[in-house]
Amino acid sequence: MSRRTIALFALAAFLLALVAGLGTPTARAQSGPIKIGFLSPLTGAASALGKDMLNGTELYLDEIGRTVAGRKIELIVEDTEGNTQTALTKARKLVDQDHVHILSGGLLASTGYAIHPFAEAQKIPTTYPVMSSDDLTQRKPAKWVVRTGWNSSQSTHALGDWVIKNTKYRKIATVAADYAFGWESVGGFQRTFEEGGGQIIQKVWVPLNTNDFAPFLSQVKRDSDAVFAVFFGKLALQFMKEYENSGLKGRVPLLSNGTTVDESVLPQMGDEALGTISTLHYSAALENPTNQRFAKAFEAKAGKIPSYYAETCYTNARWIAEAIKAVSGKVEDREALLAALRKVELKDFPRGPVKIDTFGNPVQNVYIRKVERVGGKLQNTVFFTYPNVSQFWKYNPEEYLKAPLYTRDYPPCKAC
Amino acid sequence: MTRRPGVLVGVAVVVVAAAAVAPWLPSYPLTLLTQAMIVAILAMSLDVLLGFTGLPSLGHAAYFGVAAYAVAILTTERQSGFVVCLIAGVVFAAVAAALFGLIAIRATGTYFLMITLALGMVVWGLAFRWVSLTKGDNGISGVPRPDLGLPWSFWGPLPFFYFSLVCAVVALALLGLIVASPFGMSLKGIRESESRMRILGYNVWLHKYLAFVIAGTFAGFSGVLWAYYNGFVSPVDVQLVTSVEALLMVALGGQGTLLGPAVGAALIVFLKNFVSVYTKRWLLILGAVYIGVILFAPRGLAGAFHRRSS
Repeated sequence: MSRRTIALFALAAFLLALVAGLGTPTARAQSGPIKIGFLSPLTGAASALGKDMLNGTELYLDEIGRTVAGRKIELIVEDTEGNTQTALTKARKLVDQDHVHILSGGLLASTGYAIHPFAEAQKIPTTYPVMSSDDLTQRKPAKWVVRTGWNSSQSTHALGDWVIKNTKYRKIATVAADYAFGWESVGGFQRTFEEGGGQIIQKVWVPLNTNDFAPFLSQVKRDSDAVFAVFFGKLALQFMKEYENSGLKGRVPLLSNGTTVDESVLPQMGDEALGTISTLHYSAALENPTNQRFAKAFEAKAGKIPSYYAETCYTNARWIAEAIKAVSGKVEDREALLAALRKVELKDFPRGPVKIDTFGNPVQNVYIRKVERVGGKLQNTVFFTYPNVSQFWKYNPEEYLKAPLYTRDYPPCKAC
Repeated sequence: MTRRPGVLVGVAVVVVAAAAVAPWLPSYPLTLLTQAMIVAILAMSLDVLLGFTGLPSLGHAAYFGVAAYAVAILTTERQSGFVVCLIAGVVFAAVAAALFGLIAIRATGTYFLMITLALGMVVWGLAFRWVSLTKGDNGISGVPRPDLGLPWSFWGPLPFFYFSLVCAVVALALLGLIVASPFGMSLKGIRESESRMRILGYNVWLHKYLAFVIAGTFAGFSGVLWAYYNGFVSPVDVQLVTSVEALLMVALGGQGTLLGPAVGAALIVFLKNFVSVYTKRWLLILGAVYIGVILFAPRGLAGAFHRRSS
């Protein structure tokens, strides 16, 4: 009997305990709580965003005392580690073992594509508050999935239009993260901007694992009227700093999508971000009363201003609660619950009025914002609103869907 | 894997027990068992390289991923059947291993690690950037479960579990035969002393090369099953973390034993998916298990068993 044997026995006992845990099914009868399964990256590189997502969700559920239509709400949270394989396994666990009534959450676009067929096969009502890939509700919509967030090109279509109508910028260079979200955001901007008479004269793609922006920013044509940027998280912080250091700031005005200056990164930026004009369906500085109340409550709970990740999950939780109310708590009728999720239409979300289109994507306001310093803190001041923007902008959905998805090479860069 | 009958009987008992218990398990643990079977094939294939030939590869996910992508592309773009996908997946993995082996086998030790790491990253880069083929970062979703013309559907967790179990047993048997053959014995000889084997007249390069290709081929077999199991393939499947995880499974289970890595694979799948339910700090527990194994059973779980019984 050596230490090895003891260690082995300890391990065996540990495994037995695990297996014993398997045999306890958690299915309960109709009167039990309503279970919402929530996938969020709580460890790994994206854990800060994951915490915002969870805080937003919990904030709303706590506001309503975790009770809807007379039934308790049970939120079952699973960590995806920011990894799609893990997310898919956890989704299986939530549905097969916990028997959740609604599946929600997720961060990465690939997670969205992976959960799509799963939700269809399991016939489980599912909401996507964050995942924004265009095709999730365009060329590959899923009957059982309702997007309560946004899609990548929804807000950049609007910015392209705004730039044409309100500025003299006609030659623009784009600098964006080299993956689907970057391509789709740039594609939307390019389409409306070029249709209005502008020209994209250069597209610089920056790999996701970049640590040094200098080689990319030194390529940017200095005679561009403006630069349009798409980044998020750590890349956004680095990009802003480098944009100033490379001497571009002050010479070439900066436009961006929403995540580049989202409140998840804005508090860590300095004066280098000032003046950036961006576009998103939300800003923590929105002045409607619901948002004012939400922002204050979120700050009290989380100790920071709400990012769009926080707002979209708060809205998502309320969305689900409204749907549960609409079916009087009878979530076991999945078809009815799904129909109710697709019917939710409210005028007073923090982001403004929202309704859903036939493809399952929200029609909502898109805000043109500018980074300003107010009371010593940076914020995205909203100065222009496009009301009720569809994922198809002003195009006919059928015509729109005949064109390919925006990618690295589509729309082609004719003026490069 | 030794020739001792006790081990064979043990394997048979475990397999029969698993098959008998499966119908009473809820579907989630069953899908995890299925996952464990598939990953076990990957770990066993790596063991041929690491445990039997003494070549630690950091790019083993490449062959796994090539096969998984082959299946995903063939099923979603061409609606190919199982046999076509199986052959294509395994052949693509074997070809990839045959090409990479030409480059990697020249090196030993740390250099071999670095070259396999680099080659693995090449495949990852292709998966990530060759968007027209692989859909890039978004991955390929909607891979259907295989249809073998059998009366029961593989969409159910139970039939697919049996299918994976059979596949794992077949892989174990084939690999067991290979490592117990004279060829396998000379691999062990190379592991112990390359120069001595060379002096004895063995073609060391060819032996290592064949071991490399065989390991890649079986990793491909595992990748085929993985694509069907998950219904989704993305660059995550070919990234470094997947390769490292396979290495850890082999180290945890005990290298050079075939069965050990299979147990290690099952252990890691369950640790990852069960402990994380109870605590967010599950990575700490996984780390503690690794440290425990290294301290108390440096030759892995199988090594600890082996010592006790002999």
